[in-house]
Amino acid sequence: MAELSAQSDEELLDRFQRAAFGYFLEQYNPENGLVADRSRAGAPASIAVVGFALSCYPVGVERGWMTRADAAARTLVTLRFFCNSSQSGQTDATGYKGFYYHFLDMKTGRRVWQSEVSLIDTTLLLAGVLTASAYFDADTPSENEIRERAEAIYRRIDWQWARGGAATVRQGWKPESGFIHYGWDGYDEAIILYVLGLASPTHPLPEHSYIGWTATYQWENIYDYEFLYAGPLFIHHYSQAWIDFAGIRDRFMREKKSDYFENSRRATYIQREYARRNPFSFKGYNKDCWGITANDGPGFKIQKIDGRKRRFLGYAARGVPYGPDDGTINPCAVLASLPFAPELSLSALRHFCARYPEMIREWKLPSSFNPTLPGDGPSGWVSEGYFGLDQGIMVLMIENYRSRLIWNLMRQCPYVGSGLRRAGFTGGWLS
Amino acid sequence: MTNSSLQQEPATRNGQSPPSAPPDDRFHRALLHDVHPAAWRNPKFAGKYNLIVIGAGPGGITAAREAAALGAKVALIERNFIGGDRLNVGCVPSKAIIRTARLYAEMRNADSVGAQVPGRIGIGFATVMERMQRIQARLSRADSAQRLSEAGVDVYFGEARFAGSDTVEVAGDKLRFRKALIATGARPLTPPIPGLAKAGYLTNENVFNLTECPRRLLVIGGGPLGCELAQAFCRFGSHVIIAQDDPTFLPKEERDAAQVLSDALARDGVEIHLNTTVVGVRLDGTRKIVDLVCAGNTFSVSVDEILAGIGRMPIVEGMNLESAGVRYDTKTGIHINDFLQTSNRRIYAAGDVCLEYKFTHVAEASAHIAVRNALFLGRKRLSALTIPWCTYTDPEIAHIGLYVREAREKDIPIRTFTVLMHDVDRAVTDGEEEGFVKIHVRDGTDRILGATVVARHAGEMINGLSLAITSGIGLRALARVIHTYPTQAEAIKMAADAYNRTRLTPTLKSLTKRWLAW
Repeated sequence: MAELSAQSDEELLDRFQRAAFGYFLEQYNPENGLVADRSRAGAPASIAVVGFALSCYPVGVERGWMTRADAAARTLVTLRFFCNSSQSGQTDATGYKGFYYHFLDMKTGRRVWQSEVSLIDTTLLLAGVLTASAYFDADTPSENEIRERAEAIYRRIDWQWARGGAATVRQGWKPESGFIHYGWDGYDEAIILYVLGLASPTHPLPEHSYIGWTATYQWENIYDYEFLYAGPLFIHHYSQAWIDFAGIRDRFMREKKSDYFENSRRATYIQREYARRNPFSFKGYNKDCWGITANDGPGFKIQKIDGRKRRFLGYAARGVPYGPDDGTINPCAVLASLPFAPELSLSALRHFCARYPEMIREWKLPSSFNPTLPGDGPSGWVSEGYFGLDQGIMVLMIENYRSRLIWNLMRQCPYVGSGLRRAGFTGGWLS
Repeated sequence: MTNSSLQQEPATRNGQSPPSAPPDDRFHRALLHDVHPAAWRNPKFAGKYNLIVIGAGPGGITAAREAAALGAKVALIERNFIGGDRLNVGCVPSKAIIRTARLYAEMRNADSVGAQVPGRIGIGFATVMERMQRIQARLSRADSAQRLSEAGVDVYFGEARFAGSDTVEVAGDKLRFRKALIATGARPLTPPIPGLAKAGYLTNENVFNLTECPRRLLVIGGGPLGCELAQAFCRFGSHVIIAQDDPTFLPKEERDAAQVLSDALARDGVEIHLNTTVVGVRLDGTRKIVDLVCAGNTFSVSVDEILAGIGRMPIVEGMNLESAGVRYDTKTGIHINDFLQTSNRRIYAAGDVCLEYKFTHVAEASAHIAVRNALFLGRKRLSALTIPWCTYTDPEIAHIGLYVREAREKDIPIRTFTVLMHDVDRAVTDGEEEGFVKIHVRDGTDRILGATVVARHAGEMINGLSLAITSGIGLRALARVIHTYPTQAEAIKMAADAYNRTRLTPTLKSLTKRWLAW
């Protein structure tokens, strides 16, 4: 990392983006297009990670990291699998009602871990499917088939069923016990779920479902920043990875004279401010060391460090400012904030490279590290291997910062525009 | 008529063991002497009472005392014990043991404030409970049967039963009234869980009779009672498992408050199972095997005791309300209008028997309104009350007024000013940094619509906000109020200061800059 200071921001970002992209080449099953949730041996596929993979392939093509033919072939294998796999109500099917189980066996593509039919993870998969559909626009047999299969996958999803009789969408369903009995509460990553659900040509969500969901929003003044509160940073990234929210506003944002892009910018500043204040005196936290979100952690344990009892978590949704916070930082989330607050993200990236070089292997950022918990170097504990969600969001957000590729592709997707309009968005590029 | 289990009517604790009752010690005898004297003789009065109050809990006592002070001829009828849940099986005993539990937690964490952790921290559960009983006995003196009688209240012990629209029977006497007030309170809901009744379980009515701390305790329900006692028993050394049907504790509270509480319970060592339903209980010797389901996965835990804290239901049975023309149902209790009047215009109700908010201070406030309306043609409205409440976990969680979701449902634009306790100097010096103050104002104004405080002493802090809301004091005025430094309540002023800073618009800033340059 010594040569870092000589590298331009663009060179630096290219290296990290390329390295993150590599995850999807390494963890891909060519038989069915599935991509592993994480790099640890034996990990199942995550459908959300597959959605990120499908969105990353166009980035790979545009950056010259793979050929268009290779990207199309990988995409097609994936879409064929999701079109043809079992949607029966069986406990080991691949999905149900057009949605898919959260985790699938990498080889067989069948449900594992008794996971739920996940609405948000299906949405992230679908975002990737629609990104591919928008990108592969050539009149060739393979690209025609990509678009046809993408349409078929979308049309099959029964969004109305996903409400389970309630006003808003549930979080999931299991064949053993039915719907998970709670829904979404407060601002979270589900905007894209509602947008795509509202735009469905076959089983659309009613408009009032979006109103019902946004009724749980909290507009807060924290550290003198006014924003739509959500604690974990990833919530301010996931829908925004595909949809350019700059200048478009729903009813809530019109009322607050803001938009979701600006909101993500403020959320980034609040993360930095929290880290500067560092109320629990975690090692490393400062203006360039922030990124508190959902990620891997050291595991559930209590340890006395420097005379202070510390309680660590495993994989958990950490948040700012209410917690939980165990001193674990996600450097990938910092880069995912790049389009919103590049001045903060780039400064933090350079700090990570300078202060914690040992956690960066071949330009790959780990899911998380915790300098408070002693390890082999200043980074302290470092998450083993890599997670597809972290690598995927980095690839997409760096690309949106560099070229706006994903945002532009999704602007072309008619479903995104109609879903946004049905949700009440107006202004900006929707005009 | 309040629901107590000091001796006469103990709730069943365990199908395999005798019902528990508090030890017959000097404190308990002193308490009984005050709340239900053995030699008590009901008064004899042939005339017509201005007011008959049924139930001598906080609402009933407030009403009887106030009416008597105003010169009314008042009767107060109690089936069991004066003081109601608050004194006997509610706030008083629970806060007494919570205080001890908090001290144990502080001893274990003494090093966090630079003190040495005592070498061995032994839990003397018997002394914890003895202190609790001593406090009950002490606090019972203020509203003893004798003291109430001296205040001009005719105290009757016995079952009250209406015998028409203006008559109540008690212990063989027929009492006539011009107005009556029903304040019989509420009792714990019985969880409809197969096998639970047979295995036996604790509620707030008998948990304070325990003489030994359960080694393993399952708490069903993550409401205020469940969370408070789960934390307290965990701090006494029990292995506490808490099963909550919802995705968060205290589902009515803001989710960030519930998150802070969840973290606090986990830090104490409570084994937390959210989104988890108890589906069955069976006995294995003296152990209770409890089956739970979470997201379709079934698992079992083995415990010594089960505490059910899933809510409370109004006490409406046995009073022959039909004969008095008083409408009610068993779920929401006695039906009242905004003036606390029942379907019999001469009969009023107050407190847990008719209100959604089942708190001592609400019972007292509603009793106050009922007395004014009943005796002086008052038109005071229940809906005019601004009601604060608090869950006495560590940290405490207090709330007043509207929640954000309620405001948004009513289409009221709302804005929240948040101050984290870790930014409050006194909270830092006290090592009590968990929590926050959130003050909700109507967007575009400084009018306070509601607030949530999560802090070690949130119950104390919310009172300042209660005063502000009730008196119509906005954030601008609060910012001008000098708060003592350093105090944790300064967080409220800091929120008001944050509001003031938002008034400094770019235009205003530009004007002030030009003024200063000149």
